Amino acid sequence: MSALLQIEGLSVSLPAGADRPLALGDVSLSLTEREILCVVGESGSGKSMAANAVMGLLPEDVRPVKGRILLESRDLLAMTNEDLRKVRGRQIGMIFQEPMTALNPLRTIGDQIGEMFTEHTDLSRAAIRERVLALLAEVRIPDPAGAIAVYPHELSGGQRQRAMIAMALALEPKVLIADEPTTALDVTTQAQILKLIRDLQTKQGTAVLFITHDFGVVAEIADRIAVMQWGKVVETGMARDVLHAPRHDYTKSLMAAVPPLTAPSPRKLSSEIALSIEHVSKTYRSGGFLGRRKRETRALDDVSMVLPKGATLGVVGESGSGKSTLAKAIVRLVDPDSGAIRLGDFDLAKLPRSSVREAASKVQMVFQDPFASLNPRRKAGDLVAQGPIAHGVPHDKAMARAAELFHLVGLDPSAIDRFPHEFSGGQRQRIGLARALAMNPQVLVADEPVSALDVSVQAQVLRLLTELRTRLDLSMVFITHDLRVAAQICDLVAIMKDGRVVEAGITAEVFANPSHDYTRALLASIPGRAMLAARSA
Amino acid sequence: MSAILARYLRSPSATLGLVLLALILVMAATAGVLFPRDPLGLAGAPLQWPFANPKFPLGTDSSGRDIAAQIFHGARVSLLIGAFATAVAVLIGILIGAVAGYYGGVVDDILMRITEAFQTLPNFLLLLVLVAVFGSTLPVVTLAIGIVSWPAPARLTRAEFMSLRGREFVSATRVLGLRDAQIIFREILPNALPPVIVYASVVMAVSILLESALAFLNLSDPNVASWGNLIGAGRGVLRTQWYVSAIPGIAIIVTVLAVSLVGQGLNDALNPRLKKR
Repeated sequence: MSALLQIEGLSVSLPAGADRPLALGDVSLSLTEREILCVVGESGSGKSMAANAVMGLLPEDVRPVKGRILLESRDLLAMTNEDLRKVRGRQIGMIFQEPMTALNPLRTIGDQIGEMFTEHTDLSRAAIRERVLALLAEVRIPDPAGAIAVYPHELSGGQRQRAMIAMALALEPKVLIADEPTTALDVTTQAQILKLIRDLQTKQGTAVLFITHDFGVVAEIADRIAVMQWGKVVETGMARDVLHAPRHDYTKSLMAAVPPLTAPSPRKLSSEIALSIEHVSKTYRSGGFLGRRKRETRALDDVSMVLPKGATLGVVGESGSGKSTLAKAIVRLVDPDSGAIRLGDFDLAKLPRSSVREAASKVQMVFQDPFASLNPRRKAGDLVAQGPIAHGVPHDKAMARAAELFHLVGLDPSAIDRFPHEFSGGQRQRIGLARALAMNPQVLVADEPVSALDVSVQAQVLRLLTELRTRLDLSMVFITHDLRVAAQICDLVAIMKDGRVVEAGITAEVFANPSHDYTRALLASIPGRAMLAARSA
Repeated sequence: MSAILARYLRSPSATLGLVLLALILVMAATAGVLFPRDPLGLAGAPLQWPFANPKFPLGTDSSGRDIAAQIFHGARVSLLIGAFATAVAVLIGILIGAVAGYYGGVVDDILMRITEAFQTLPNFLLLLVLVAVFGSTLPVVTLAIGIVSWPAPARLTRAEFMSLRGREFVSATRVLGLRDAQIIFREILPNALPPVIVYASVVMAVSILLESALAFLNLSDPNVASWGNLIGAGRGVLRTQWYVSAIPGIAIIVTVLAVSLVGQGLNDALNPRLKKR
């Protein structure tokens, strides 16, 4: 079969002062008709850069310096902007990672999809409406006639992504570029979207260039795989071959870093209770003026769970399940409406504001986003030392302790004088951990601490957490959306949905024998299940 | 720091602004050496045109005072008023904006209504009232200009605080049990500061203009050699000896231009990503 889209020896230069001279170094990829080529790599591997180069969407000072991108033997790099505009949308469609930001919030869904036709064809308005309705039905948005008139914020994340796909496929392009299209979605939604892309691809015969960092997703959808590292393609091959017999060391390490789905055999848990959450509820009210358009969201609805001393309790749920609100309630970033959160003799839920400050040494939190959770204008050492200093520890002593903690979390103690931007994502998360540990907490609340990290870094941070748990006798509440991560580290799990706990128990038992439908659906949606099962067997 | 400076100097207009500002600073610094006499004292025959008498390169005004001396000494007054009034306005603005933006709710409502009360009054009128009530000495004029200029920096600071207070790094410091004052001034403020600093240049330019306008109405301190006073003095002879008003006018334009260019340059240097658009 001849190649539809061919990238030949493409090199793309980065501006001076970047961490490497070339974003892409001599990359060659080919995409034939009716196939899904997955480009896999961690952040900074250049996988998105390759997709953007095809669409001519490279950032301003990033330029292709060598090579060609051929679409049916026409070189896209040599085209004028006007010619390229005709190719985009009509011959190559693109889906982005974040459908909320990729859609214009001020225009209706129907309007935005219809724009593809008004721009590229001269269909009448009625005909366009017809086509848009057909497309919305095809991407399985419930009630297409209603969806045509709504604005992006009125749809759920999964439906927005469906609308994006409808837009990308409107003119039946030969090539579809999907840049991490499911990364921002919940697992159950991700499974549906992957299936949709698969179905449409079979039906329309589109060739798909699928960019992802997740080997589970790759296993679900790929015909062929190209693995990228530092701007180079290190391995390509048929999906079956690469998944079962990876040749390159980097591919092997990436695959080894994908967490296994089986929970480790249960540890013996202490009968002493570190933290007990009893009937906690929290309702968010967004008040309209004089009671108009009032909305109520029950973020936590009578939630109870128990964390034994020295154990890790995983709270698993999709977006909107209330898991983050629970984390914030434990550290009192939000005030629960009712219920009790007992830590020893304290009830954290009912402490007056003035005493919350003193309780800070008992419960600490590690945040999700390593880039947003560190003040960019303070040195790493100050960030770690500031908690103890605020509670009266002398400056010298706090800094000495910060250096010790740096060592403990696997960072170079001499790095305390550096600013957060000089660290990588994984290192920053270690700083965040050191900051929490500086208070000598009894309970550590970790809110999605690894979800912003690459798989290989994820594995390291999880290992560090497990190690510290035993060493410092920590009890941990571990919030995550990812069952694979929960399986690795949690002794107990509680599955949350719409503010309620639907199932709770010992991890291995819940995984082996889920009793609630929702848990079963979550387990079934994990991408790459078959691959994981085959590997652990 | 040096990276910001390098980005700043890359822009020709910002560099020009810096050069002009440096020139005015040099004028202010050398005024006492070049024109040691009182600039408001009688120097020679009145209304001599510029370049007509080598003793008075920029001529004399209707009272026979040396215009060049007044321009040089006036640079001091204008910069002094600009700098102090801006400091007053930005300090009040940051304090009110920070507290309103961080706490939100009722505190925000009350502080913002006060801010709006100030904003709805035309600030020049308010300035006239303040000067009329408290007298027109240099400290009063400076303070009054600062007091009418704080609402805009306050709103800007408040907006920055509102977007920053929800960030994870702020939550993190709350979890650590830091006091509110520490969180506001040590954690959030440094991150909120760059746009406020840039806006300070606008406040400074406007302050200089406000003082000139007051002086033109004979409401500024008559005992200092300010550019506005000189323009006001030239009002009577505007048709025939226009240079008396025009020369200080040009000085004001150049100063305001210099300050704005520096502000724009700072903005581009501190937000490099916006510049590329």
